[in-house]
Amino acid sequence: MPKLRVATVWFSGCSGCHMSFLDLDERLLEFAERAELVFSPVADVKEFPDDVDLVLIEGAVGNSEHLHQLLEIRKKAKILVAFGDCAVTGNVPSLRNPLPREEVLEAVYATADPPGLEEGEVPKLLPQALPLHAVVPVDYFLPGCPPSADRIWKFLRPILLGQKPALSGPDLKFG
Amino acid sequence: MINLTIDGMKVQAEEGETILQAAKRAGIRLPTLCYLEGLSPRGACRLCLVEVRNWGGRLVPSCATPVQEGMDIVANSPRLRELRRTILEMIFAERNHICAFCVSNGHCELQDLAMELGMDHVQLPYRWPLLPVDLSHEKYGIDHNRCVLCGRCVRACAEVEGAMTWGFSGRGIFTLVEADLGDPWGKSTTCTGCGKCVQACPTGALFEKGKATSEQVKRPEIIVEVTERRPRA
Repeated sequence: MPKLRVATVWFSGCSGCHMSFLDLDERLLEFAERAELVFSPVADVKEFPDDVDLVLIEGAVGNSEHLHQLLEIRKKAKILVAFGDCAVTGNVPSLRNPLPREEVLEAVYATADPPGLEEGEVPKLLPQALPLHAVVPVDYFLPGCPPSADRIWKFLRPILLGQKPALSGPDLKFG
Repeated sequence: MINLTIDGMKVQAEEGETILQAAKRAGIRLPTLCYLEGLSPRGACRLCLVEVRNWGGRLVPSCATPVQEGMDIVANSPRLRELRRTILEMIFAERNHICAFCVSNGHCELQDLAMELGMDHVQLPYRWPLLPVDLSHEKYGIDHNRCVLCGRCVRACAEVEGAMTWGFSGRGIFTLVEADLGDPWGKSTTCTGCGKCVQACPTGALFEKGKATSEQVKRPEIIVEVTERRPRA
């Protein structure tokens, strides 16, 4: 069986889900046997490659860069997974959603002309941080803040073996 | 005794009992949120909906519907699972229920229901309303972002404590639970500070100040413990 082409992506999130992924520890060896990491914050690859079998996306869609990437990734990846609460619900980044974008940026940057209001050196901040499925169809949802390594493995292992993952009960706990 | 059928099982119940009580005794689990033993039923959340087959498949809240002779009830079916999940999603989408930084994370009835009903995401668009948090009370706080409008606090305050501090203001999704006539909770002249509302609250909407998330475990069962110790009116 050829190795599964896996990518992981980091949007508006704290990277906790990626840390939890690294917590797979010795299970990463089995992962490496069955999969190849073709794009990830932990791999130095600039362009999202074509023909990705599985992509785990951490974080909410918070700015124009995320939006652009997500639309590209959806075209290139077969299985798209909302990885962790920010990707599933908006979670912590969505705290700003009840407030006007301008007010948030001005408060954070402590200036009347903050970056992110328009496209510039930093991407334009979207009016609200969105869960992935508000933008593109999502194949699987892996909730948790962050999902524990055990939960990630319970989800990932069936996919590596060519089966369908099915999380239920306590494995669906938010937070 | 009244004879009825729940999910094909023959069940007997006393006159005046609700479908929920009869189901519970028969060992049939129904999800509930606004229902709390010791308080009057309200039928506010609709999560305990059941289908009465011989009423043309009509849906009724089991917590607020008395049993009747010959009722043929469906308590669990794909249709009901779908309806309950949609109702739950509506509750999640209506306010800012963000588990990761909630004082009730890990011991919240809403969070538990999401797991029980297999809700892995909310398909409905979130509203993200801007809602206040009132920390004016000496011992407790109210976070309207977490409120599901079940009214358990309102009923606990009126029916058990007899203070009638809590009430609803506004309508529909704009409803708020408010003390007295909308004063800050800390200014309330009727609140006795007993904390029954906090214990009755299923989510992190009402909480004790100065307690960390792990200590913020509520005891809604105290409502029935308190009421059982005194004769019913």
